[in-house]
Amino acid sequence: MGKPKFAFYWCASCGGCEETVLDLNEKILEVVDKVDIVFWPVALDFKRKDIEVMKEGEIDVAFINGAIRTSEQEEMAKLLREKAKLVVAFGACAQLGGIPGLANFWVRSDIFDRIYKKVPTVANPEGVVPQQVVEMDGYKLTLPEFYDTVKTLDQTIPVDYYLPGCPPPPDLIMNAIETILKGELPEKGTVLAPDKALCDTCPRNETKPEKLSIKDIKRPHEVIIDPEKCFLAQGIICLGPVTRSGCGERCINANMPCRGCMGPTSEVRDQGAKAVSFIASILGVEDEEKLSEEEVQKLIDKIVDPAGTFYRFSLPASLLRRRRK
Amino acid sequence: MEGFEPKIVAFCCKWCSYAAADLAGTSRLKIKPNFVVIRTMCSSRVDPEFILQAFLNGADGVLVAGCHPGDCHYVNGNYKTLRRVMLLKKVLEQLGIDPRRLRLEWIAASESRKFVVTIRKFVDELKQLGPLRLEAGDDNGSNG
Ligand code: SF4
Ligand code: SF4
Ligand code: FES
Repeated sequence: MGKPKFAFYWCASCGGCEETVLDLNEKILEVVDKVDIVFWPVALDFKRKDIEVMKEGEIDVAFINGAIRTSEQEEMAKLLREKAKLVVAFGACAQLGGIPGLANFWVRSDIFDRIYKKVPTVANPEGVVPQQVVEMDGYKLTLPEFYDTVKTLDQTIPVDYYLPGCPPPPDLIMNAIETILKGELPEKGTVLAPDKALCDTCPRNETKPEKLSIKDIKRPHEVIIDPEKCFLAQGIICLGPVTRSGCGERCINANMPCRGCMGPTSEVRDQGAKAVSFIASILGVEDEEKLSEEEVQKLIDKIVDPAGTFYRFSLPASLLRRRRK
Repeated sequence: MEGFEPKIVAFCCKWCSYAAADLAGTSRLKIKPNFVVIRTMCSSRVDPEFILQAFLNGADGVLVAGCHPGDCHYVNGNYKTLRRVMLLKKVLEQLGIDPRRLRLEWIAASESRKFVVTIRKFVDELKQLGPLRLEAGDDNGSNG
């Protein structure tokens, strides 16, 4: 039997997921030793047709990062699904929609308008926007369709496992690869990361008061952040309570609150709704009997862009998936 | 909107608002039939997820009803409810759902009439707003 065949592919993503594979550093050599990489457009010169000629299930594992935003990404995801025994949604965008998923607050026409016409650095006097088909000198040029709605990978094809994070941390990737190579696979649908909330592993947890109460909301740029103290205790929104651990507390250690890229734990269906729930329950709780409704409203209005904050990485995966038109 | 009858999901806490709804029934008060009641122990048990799920399952409006401030059977649950509903309204607005589709009312066990009026007003308001029709939003259709 030959070495297991791996494929890597990217859809609507920033490239960070590709980089994190390289962050395996010398360990990547071990991986390359044990597997055959049959497809990895960012690094190797294989083409779509090389995949098309493969038999069903010929690829052992396809790691697909990025959300699904164009028809081409959808086609590629479907093609890889056909050829791969296992599909791993790699990274927050594939799992939850991620940052590209924030586009679901708009529709395509708004986005094209902004990007191709209104951005101050764009000079486009004729107002040209990309078309799917253009005829020129008798030739027909085509582009993939740009969808109105960004989807997660599992809203497009069945997904076997998820590697969360923006990007997934190298140790979790290595773990996942080793688990796959050993054939010790968990139940389908498992997120290959710890299933505890980030607060559980956060070094600042000890400074989180027993009874949290936020008197006033502060944004990170408005205050000097105490590098030891729980962000919530400082009035800064931190999504640690509704976010899965396993990232190595990357942001916390850089003195920034968690934005929730690891997604929710397995018990939560909608990360943003849970964030609404916990933030609201600790906001102004100290004087809750005394506050008038107007005062409560004022406090709540201090959360700028609540939907964008609570669904920073998970809008397409949320119950509502997008803004309604 | 001719002939449109809105559907309301009414989350009512067991100790006050559910009792009020019950009393409205046993007192044979006339009430609009546009709602289904889901009883929770306290209004603060109503997770924002439940509300979103109700909209997704076809509700045109969601009512959260609990004991008056200071009267919650669990002392302070309803203060949390107030803040959750307020915050969720903002999120709904950003997601293109009219925040008036989510309504919070304090209805004591004796206030059966208030329950009836609340439902009537809510039905009228939802008739103005029209059907919600959430299903259409998650396709990839190129209607941009
Ligand atoms: S809220 Fe944030 S800073 Fe506080 S313990 Fe949780 S993860 Fe750490
Ligand atoms: S702290 Fe939060 S946002 Fe930062 S890497 Fe970890 S899970 Fe992601
Ligand atoms: S028991 Fe009625 S609101 Fe808490």
